[in-house]
Amino acid sequence: MGMTVVQKILARATGRRVVAIGDVVEPAVDLAMSHENAALVINQFLEVYKDTGLEPKPWDPSKIAIIFDHRVPAESSKTATNQKKVREFVAAQGITKFHDIRGDEGGICHQVLPENGYVRPGDVIVGTDSHTTSHGALGAFAFGIGATEMASVWALGYAMNVEVPSTIKVEVTGALPDLVTPKDLILQLVGKLGAGGATFHVLEFHGEAIRSMPISGRLTLCNMAVEAGATSGIVPADEETLRYLREEAGVSDIAEPMVPEPDAPYERVVRLDASKLEPQVACPHTVDNVRPVASVAGTRVHQVVIGSCTNGRLDDIAIAARILKGKKVARGTRMIVFPASGRIYQQAVAAGYVGDLMHAGAVVMNAGCGPCLGVHQGALGDGEVALSTTNRNFKGRMGNPASEVYLCSPAVAAASAVTGVITDPRNGGGR
Amino acid sequence: MSKARVVLALDDDVSTDQIYPGRYMATVLPTETPQYAFADHTAFNALLRSGGVAAGSVVVAGKNFGCGSSREQAASALKGHELVIVARSFARIFLQNAVNLGLKLVEVPDVVAAEGDDVALGLTEVTNLSTGRRFGIKPLPPARQTIIDAGGLIAYTRKRLVGKGAAV
Repeated sequence: MGMTVVQKILARATGRRVVAIGDVVEPAVDLAMSHENAALVINQFLEVYKDTGLEPKPWDPSKIAIIFDHRVPAESSKTATNQKKVREFVAAQGITKFHDIRGDEGGICHQVLPENGYVRPGDVIVGTDSHTTSHGALGAFAFGIGATEMASVWALGYAMNVEVPSTIKVEVTGALPDLVTPKDLILQLVGKLGAGGATFHVLEFHGEAIRSMPISGRLTLCNMAVEAGATSGIVPADEETLRYLREEAGVSDIAEPMVPEPDAPYERVVRLDASKLEPQVACPHTVDNVRPVASVAGTRVHQVVIGSCTNGRLDDIAIAARILKGKKVARGTRMIVFPASGRIYQQAVAAGYVGDLMHAGAVVMNAGCGPCLGVHQGALGDGEVALSTTNRNFKGRMGNPASEVYLCSPAVAAASAVTGVITDPRNGGGR
Repeated sequence: MSKARVVLALDDDVSTDQIYPGRYMATVLPTETPQYAFADHTAFNALLRSGGVAAGSVVVAGKNFGCGSSREQAASALKGHELVIVARSFARIFLQNAVNLGLKLVEVPDVVAAEGDDVALGLTEVTNLSTGRRFGIKPLPPARQTIIDAGGLIAYTRKRLVGKGAAV
């Protein structure tokens, strides 16, 4: 029996020829990522060394990445003090993959990692963030862990008690129609699988629609794999992966990408036809409460959000600018845009997208997680409705349990900003 | 077998945003997180903070408890009140965080219990003493049990680290 791509990666990372599904392995970690919660990781890391007589030193500072994104610039003195402690640790330990609050190299961890070439096909990547699944877009096995587990990885250099996961193959045929995006595809898939439908499984993406999809769209897909409970999403590396690494991430030494074997043991295969896909919306308060946009069209929207680790990339901002150019955000609706990184922000400025969005009435904020997790930069009032390109609509997610969050693509978000109500970008609002 | 009161009954897909809202995530220390457990469930949060919930009390939930964010505060906040979570299933990262921190989770795929019910937690089954119904426990994956047996992930890692000796 052959192996899935994740089996192959775990075999490599454990120095074995073969691993079977269900084996408990301890893979060497190629990249260990944290954001502001590094403050907790540091606390737990020091705890591990307590009374051991050993000096607390991470196993390999060059394999640790820390990116400030969740609360940037700091929204409180408490956060600022946490960030200060992390900076001191970074300096003391010689951690080089550190991205502070900056307009040149800062941004959301799930964009900063790929655009800096920190993610390679075949890598094992762990992150103290559930959306670490994103990095499967480049053919890595990437999964979220908690802070104490990260402290353990910092100490030992490997992840303990990893069961080799079963894989669900997702085969997407056809081509996405105009104004229908990878976000619509992953929303439909999450709706189909259910919020816990892929728990302890990997989603491995295949098919014509995936092969023709740029890395930005693949990041959107893998990002939201966790919304079906998946351990990770992964797109086996191909020409587009190599192009991205060379041209956009500045990586020249790329190992032969790993691909699944033809007789790999998939637990099941889910088939989708991209050409028949319509824009989708996830309705409050679960991500799997997914319906075609037509069924919720006309719902009043008070705040439109475009951005996040799911949809804050140049393609996302471009489609929003295309729809909003020469139009105005409806009175009574606020539109806020968060580019996923400083680099993307600069590209969006250079391409004129930021100007188009601002002329339309959107507020373009600094790169970061923004209001997605309910901390700052866009709180909702009681009874208000947000339409957002982010990845979660749980009750209270944007900070107010008395508000509602709908999730959608940047095209739906932009078209709806113009009308002030949820709108299908293919018929009106947008064009 | 231990007997406990169900102090909160919840549906499917309880997210870590409900267990520990994002706006409190700047609070990281396990000694400080318990005050924000279920912060948006104001009545239950107030009950927890008043000390009105006995250690070992049970929260019952449906499928996919702890879905969403990897925030460990969700596990440490519940651990701080020594709650026991009995759910039909758990999200992966939350389950691992709970194991790592010593929060007791019991996976019971068909559990039915309401607030105020008394339950008996056995090794292989949970009995709802208020209804008389019994439900089978799905054991944790064996690799998790080794961490629990070691007294949590910090102790387990420390053991490995000291064992590794010169490699440090």
